[in-house]
Amino acid sequence: MSKRIGIEVSLAVSEAVKLANTDVVAAYPITPQTHIVEHLSELVADGSLDAAYIPVESEHSAMSSCIGSSAAGARTFTATSSQGLALMNEMLFIAPVLRTPIVLAIANRALSAPINIWNDHSDIMSVRDAGWICLFAENGQEATDLTLLAFRIGEDPAVSLPVSVNIDGFTLSHFIEPILLPEQAEVDKFLPPYKPSLQLDIKKPISIGLLGGPECYTESRKAADNILESSKVVVKKAFDEFAAVFGRQYHVVESYRTEDADTIVVLMGSIAETAMTAVDEYRQQSEHKVGLVRLRLWRPFPAAELLESLGKAKNVAVIDRHMVLGSPSGPLGLEIKSLLYSSPLRPKVTNFQLGLGGRDVTRDDFKYIFDRAASDEAQARCELVGVYE
Amino acid sequence: MKKPRADVLQKVSDLPLGFTAQPGSTVAFKTGDWRSVRPILDREKCIYCGFCYYYCPEGIYQDMGKDEKWYKADLDYCKGCGICAQECPKKAITMTLEEV
Ligand code: SF4
Ligand code: SF4
Repeated sequence: MSKRIGIEVSLAVSEAVKLANTDVVAAYPITPQTHIVEHLSELVADGSLDAAYIPVESEHSAMSSCIGSSAAGARTFTATSSQGLALMNEMLFIAPVLRTPIVLAIANRALSAPINIWNDHSDIMSVRDAGWICLFAENGQEATDLTLLAFRIGEDPAVSLPVSVNIDGFTLSHFIEPILLPEQAEVDKFLPPYKPSLQLDIKKPISIGLLGGPECYTESRKAADNILESSKVVVKKAFDEFAAVFGRQYHVVESYRTEDADTIVVLMGSIAETAMTAVDEYRQQSEHKVGLVRLRLWRPFPAAELLESLGKAKNVAVIDRHMVLGSPSGPLGLEIKSLLYSSPLRPKVTNFQLGLGGRDVTRDDFKYIFDRAASDEAQARCELVGVYE
Repeated sequence: MKKPRADVLQKVSDLPLGFTAQPGSTVAFKTGDWRSVRPILDREKCIYCGFCYYYCPEGIYQDMGKDEKWYKADLDYCKGCGICAQECPKKAITMTLEEV
């Protein structure tokens, strides 16, 4: 049986990496991700995790090492944040096409400038097209569980793709939460040793990381898109298998009080907990029925599940924690609008950006959004909630 | 698309996992057609010093042996960089424009 302990979420993620019997960790420390790799280096140094820990000189090297170790058949982990993820950019786009499973924990943090170490989603959203499976955690338990799940999903022979686990920086990474840490025997049952579908082997040499000219680039990108799209089935299957072993059932999209809702807020990450409280309070004070939909899976985009979750709601308010400069919408706003454009129901979609660079997201922010989403006032661009101008 | 276009190499489903290749498969990839100029050797001037052989970044000069005493460029792979002509101490190699 798992034991419930009080532990900092970053350390719980490291413990999950240890329980996964990871072979290689190649990482560079960056706030607010540092505690994850710091704890892993301790676990390797004191012999409790039998892994190669590569203290690389930059995040670009971290991701390059991870691609190499994954191609060599090793279970591979790294973690980063913000500028670190930006420095990995070039390699992030390569890993999925080379079909190298890697688990990457991102303690999400704002991108510079100005320099800001606090939480929003601008880091992951700036590399959302890289071809990775992207999961978002709501709380510490999920951050821990999704780390184990990420290995299981990414290493599945039908997938063989890298997976990012997005954990809100500080809000999750630095909080001590009561977390059920699984037993080794349970993890071993859920996550067998990695059997690579593709492996560099000196006895059977292959070349990897090749040139692909106009005669095959289109087809190679299409192959990467096909596999990412089809990975959703494996994600769902892994969620069910996880539930069978650990008793916690996850879904790619979660709904809260949406059955009779006129207005539904759509979002990702830890602010969902504040949003649920806001939904409860608002429903006590108002006739206006509001609900919440949260994406746990961001890539591949769970279009069908979202359509189903949104049901017959008249108003859909989409929350982005990243500002796309020069664009009328945030990234999630764009996806939802394009998804609903061809829907016969065509609910009214509003889009809001908030919680940038660590600014608090409050229940009052959600109450404002519930009101605004149902009002007749048109919205030309994504609205930056609470901006002082 | 069901019918392949003439400029498409392989079907999506036929691509190898992870876009890999077997060893030596670049032999089939004739990079010579990237060339806009080709090296032409004047064997009269050539002293068989081997600079062209060593300097060629593509490694496509073949040693024709002690009797023949010259190096032959494999134009299937020569990219026309001109390094051999630049390094030849006897100016025995001339880069000549490819005519279509
Ligand atoms: S032109 Fe360049 S590629 Fe061609 S033979 Fe000379 S050195 Fe080699
Ligand atoms: S470098 Fe010039 S002289 Fe020397 S072997 Fe080549 S062609 Fe002959």
